[in-house]
Amino acid sequence: MKFTLSWLKHHLETDATLDQIADALTDLGLEVEGIEDPAAKLRDFTIAKVTHAEKHPDADKLKVCKVQSNEGETQIVCGAPNARAGITVVLAKPGTYIPGLDITIKVGNIRGVDSFGMMASEKELELSDEHNGIIELPSGEVGETFADWLAANDPSKVDPVIEIAITPNRPDALGVRGIARDLAARGLGTLKPSEVDPVAASFKADLNVSIDDDTLDGCPVFYGRLIKGVKNGPSPEWLQQQLRAIGLRPISFLVDVTNWFTYDLNRPLHVFDADEVAGNLRVHRAAGGEVITALDDKDYTLQSGQMVISDDTGVESIAGIMGGAATGCTEETVNVFVESAYWDPVQIAYAGRALKINSDARYRFERGVDPAFTPEGLEHAVRMIVDIAGGEASEVIQAGSVPDTARAYKLDAKRVISLVGMDIPESTQRQTLTALGFKLEGNMASVPSWRPDVQGEADLVEEVARIASLTKLQGVPLPRMTAGVPKPILTDGQLRQQAARRTAATLGYNECVTYTFIDREAATLFGGGDYATMLENPISSEMSHMRPALLPGLLRAAARNQARGFMDMALFEVGAAFHGGEPGQQHNLISGVLIGQTAPKDVHGTARPVDLFDAKADAEAILSAIGAPAKVQILRGASDWWHPGRHGKICLGPKKVMAVFGELHPKVLSTMGIKGPAVGFTIWVDEIPTPKNKSATRPALAATDLQAVDRDFAFVVDADVAALTLANAAAGADKALIADVRVFDEFIGGALGDGKKSLAVTVRLQPKDKTLKDADIEAVSAKIIEKVTKATGGVLRG
Amino acid sequence: MDDLKSKYLSLVADAADEAAIEDLRVQAVGKKGEISLKMRELGKMSPEERQVAGPALNALKDEINSALAAKKVALADAALDERLRSEWLDVTLPSRDRRVGSIHPISQVTEEVSAIFADMGFSVAEGPQIESDWYNFDALNIPGHHPARAEMDTFYTHRGADDDRPPHVLRTHTSPVQIRSMEANGAPIRIICPGRVYRADYDQTHTPMFNQVEGLAIDKDISMANLKWVLEEFFSAYFGARVKTRFRASHFPFTEPSAEVDIQCSWVDGQLKVGEGDGWLEVLGSGMVHPKVLQAAKIDPDLWQGFAFGVGIDRIAMLKYGIPDLRAFFDSDLRWLRHYGFSALKVPTLHGGL
Repeated sequence: MKFTLSWLKHHLETDATLDQIADALTDLGLEVEGIEDPAAKLRDFTIAKVTHAEKHPDADKLKVCKVQSNEGETQIVCGAPNARAGITVVLAKPGTYIPGLDITIKVGNIRGVDSFGMMASEKELELSDEHNGIIELPSGEVGETFADWLAANDPSKVDPVIEIAITPNRPDALGVRGIARDLAARGLGTLKPSEVDPVAASFKADLNVSIDDDTLDGCPVFYGRLIKGVKNGPSPEWLQQQLRAIGLRPISFLVDVTNWFTYDLNRPLHVFDADEVAGNLRVHRAAGGEVITALDDKDYTLQSGQMVISDDTGVESIAGIMGGAATGCTEETVNVFVESAYWDPVQIAYAGRALKINSDARYRFERGVDPAFTPEGLEHAVRMIVDIAGGEASEVIQAGSVPDTARAYKLDAKRVISLVGMDIPESTQRQTLTALGFKLEGNMASVPSWRPDVQGEADLVEEVARIASLTKLQGVPLPRMTAGVPKPILTDGQLRQQAARRTAATLGYNECVTYTFIDREAATLFGGGDYATMLENPISSEMSHMRPALLPGLLRAAARNQARGFMDMALFEVGAAFHGGEPGQQHNLISGVLIGQTAPKDVHGTARPVDLFDAKADAEAILSAIGAPAKVQILRGASDWWHPGRHGKICLGPKKVMAVFGELHPKVLSTMGIKGPAVGFTIWVDEIPTPKNKSATRPALAATDLQAVDRDFAFVVDADVAALTLANAAAGADKALIADVRVFDEFIGGALGDGKKSLAVTVRLQPKDKTLKDADIEAVSAKIIEKVTKATGGVLRG
Repeated sequence: MDDLKSKYLSLVADAADEAAIEDLRVQAVGKKGEISLKMRELGKMSPEERQVAGPALNALKDEINSALAAKKVALADAALDERLRSEWLDVTLPSRDRRVGSIHPISQVTEEVSAIFADMGFSVAEGPQIESDWYNFDALNIPGHHPARAEMDTFYTHRGADDDRPPHVLRTHTSPVQIRSMEANGAPIRIICPGRVYRADYDQTHTPMFNQVEGLAIDKDISMANLKWVLEEFFSAYFGARVKTRFRASHFPFTEPSAEVDIQCSWVDGQLKVGEGDGWLEVLGSGMVHPKVLQAAKIDPDLWQGFAFGVGIDRIAMLKYGIPDLRAFFDSDLRWLRHYGFSALKVPTLHGGL
């Protein structure tokens, strides 16, 4: 919402400065977004008088002038044809910035004559395009600033334009008068009366208006007057200037007048060319399918139920949103019908959204104009039209009646302190509400008709606090809910995510936060991309689907880093992925990817390509950090974006998958634009069982002084035997004695023949009550061999 | 006997290696060594002679044994010194590289915020990112026609052709989590709700996804003055300097009264400093929870009241850590992650600093 300072002063009697007004507006909740103050750039220009002028000795078109300024007489070389002795001019002394030229004036020497400044033209001061000569003022004292002179003599030239943001609850502030009312209530001046002297009726209109019964809920009241014999044309200069100042283009008076009242009193109006209206006007609902060419010269197809105004030939106006071109005013219009109606905000909002029309009228009606002001608004407009464009006005035509919005709420003076925490005397509270237009009877406050936002007692508190200024609010400590040291507040899930995140970073991964929506191709590759998780209005095709997994976002990020020349990386993300489109169909994941070498090449030969066992180790480390059970199964058969032979699921039973690790499928990688292989992991955080025992106490440490014994075994098994199966079989040989089984060697093929491999394990035997004798060791060794053979078909390697 | 002593001590001193030492040992004090043989002769001596010769021979044997041991150590030391001299390495060669990971600023700041609010008794609540329009709008006193709905640039999710429910939305704020938490736990309640939120806006200063933390405190007598105190405590702890706030009247459908909150700051040479100067920076929206919102969350507004606020996590991360561009938060450029990221072990705590 834009307005000028002088427009504001049309409603507000005030001595406040522009800065005071701007600060108050922001503080009142009418946040100032910008101020254009034309005077600001004119501050350094002062008024001077030319006392003497003669031709430059070396130039025909230049004059050497003696100029009297507040700093004494100075010499200026000037090329303006009107430069002559006796005129009052606008002087720029050396050091002054000239906005129209974008230069700062310096002492100059023009063809051998010194020049100490410049006398300005209107164009040089950006006041107009006039640059045939320098400004000659009809009055003004030497030394007076030009900005002050303009303010006194030609105020529109230095009228500051203020732009404020209006929150949706304040339709009343969409009119300059409403803004003035707020400022007056704050104490920044007094609201001037705004009374209208209605134009007397000269005749009875030969036009009737009706509202269909089924439309009364959307248009409870409609007022209009016919004016005959107006003379349309350009608006008076002041009106044009005000409209231009706020960025509106003056069109013709009959059009401008509606725009002006829209901004002045938040009273949108419509003016029909009465000669183009056939018969009577009827407010009704569109049947659907009617087409109207609106004032913006676009065709709109109406939907059933939208409110329209029709004449005997058809739809002439989209009610409350935009008039029709056919009955719009032109320069030739002589007879007009002025409409002032009240339209229901909700219906206008839906219709405006459906038709995709953003007009000033829609903007205001959907926020709510003052219904009670409907007839008075009409009289204001008719008065201005008749005063400026002449003509005679008919009697008022009325359909429906002003809706009753009367309501009152109890003013509980103590609520301000209990809700806001500000101590404001009751008398001040009542004074504030009265200044805002509330009527107080006892402790009941009746809400003014222009404040649809006030719907309860809390709103009264808000108004009182707002006008008093929230900057005065002093903080008051919020007591603890319970005294003493606060209890921990994070849930198990939150603690796990935190532990997982910090463990991954400790393992050398850089945490990423990638967009939750990804492109359809990537989503589809990772099991998503369906309609349920599709956005209806994505911002781009790169961001069209909710991610089914974190890996696609990480792989896209990896590809971008590869493109920047970073080939080795470890990236991870912690966050939600989506398995459906309903609220709650999301699950928490931790994923990591490793690409390239484990390290940069170095003298130690450290670097090697990352492989799935790196990913496995990292997944295991994170699982361990978040308290996953150590005893797991490693199963195959994860989703097909993994390399079919190089991945594993870390499970607690076939259906309880805690994590997957492995190499990504080469086809997936090439689609995602990744160069070379990549390994990664995904952990389903919510699948990890929470420990049942919450006690801080640990079980006692069972450590024995008896020496442990390590024994190595190598078995020849079929190549497809899983190492874990063999190790588990060995461990099962004597659960009490065997502390650990570790696979330490794998050898495939060679002398063993095709389809065979050798797996070597080291078994640690930890006696608990007596030292092991050779016979004990041999007994358990035999059992280990037996168990392994039984489980894997393997034989001890000779 | 003195001859023997000087002979062997001299031989020991000249021994070149461990083998020579062993030879000397055998030669002198071995079973058939010269000194051992002499000791055997003691039996043939008279008691008087024996009393003189015995201790002398024993002393000689001890002395030679000591000399042998000392020489052995000296030789070993010399050998070790020689080996160490040959084991010189160029220690300026680079070490083995260790990959260094990092924590994203959004995670770090979320933990910082959680730590501060935890101390004031707020727990951390989470909720769905795809929301029903009831939780995202209606429950927050934003009915279907409300202009705020259009102003929020909402993302909608797809609906089947035969589905006539209102379309679900990507939550435009974390306020739905407030509603769900109040429904589940009732009052009194103190929570913060951090998380991803979505608005269809993409330019220099907006990304279609960003992170927000909202706070909610409901009790019998919580006022806006408590809100101001909580926010000033929060900002001061977060920025590590006393930060004043300025409340300005504003409007949000879900609070009443509502206030925009500015924090005190200064601009010096294009550098923003929070907590000093006389400038103000708008960072936060807040207010007293609207009675209709409490009603929607099944809390009796006649018994309970309280405040709510919302602030951008990315925004305050940028302010505190001097990160210039919001868009870079979500680009995963390794250079950015390493530069603006945090060490894994730099866990924010109140006692250790944030």
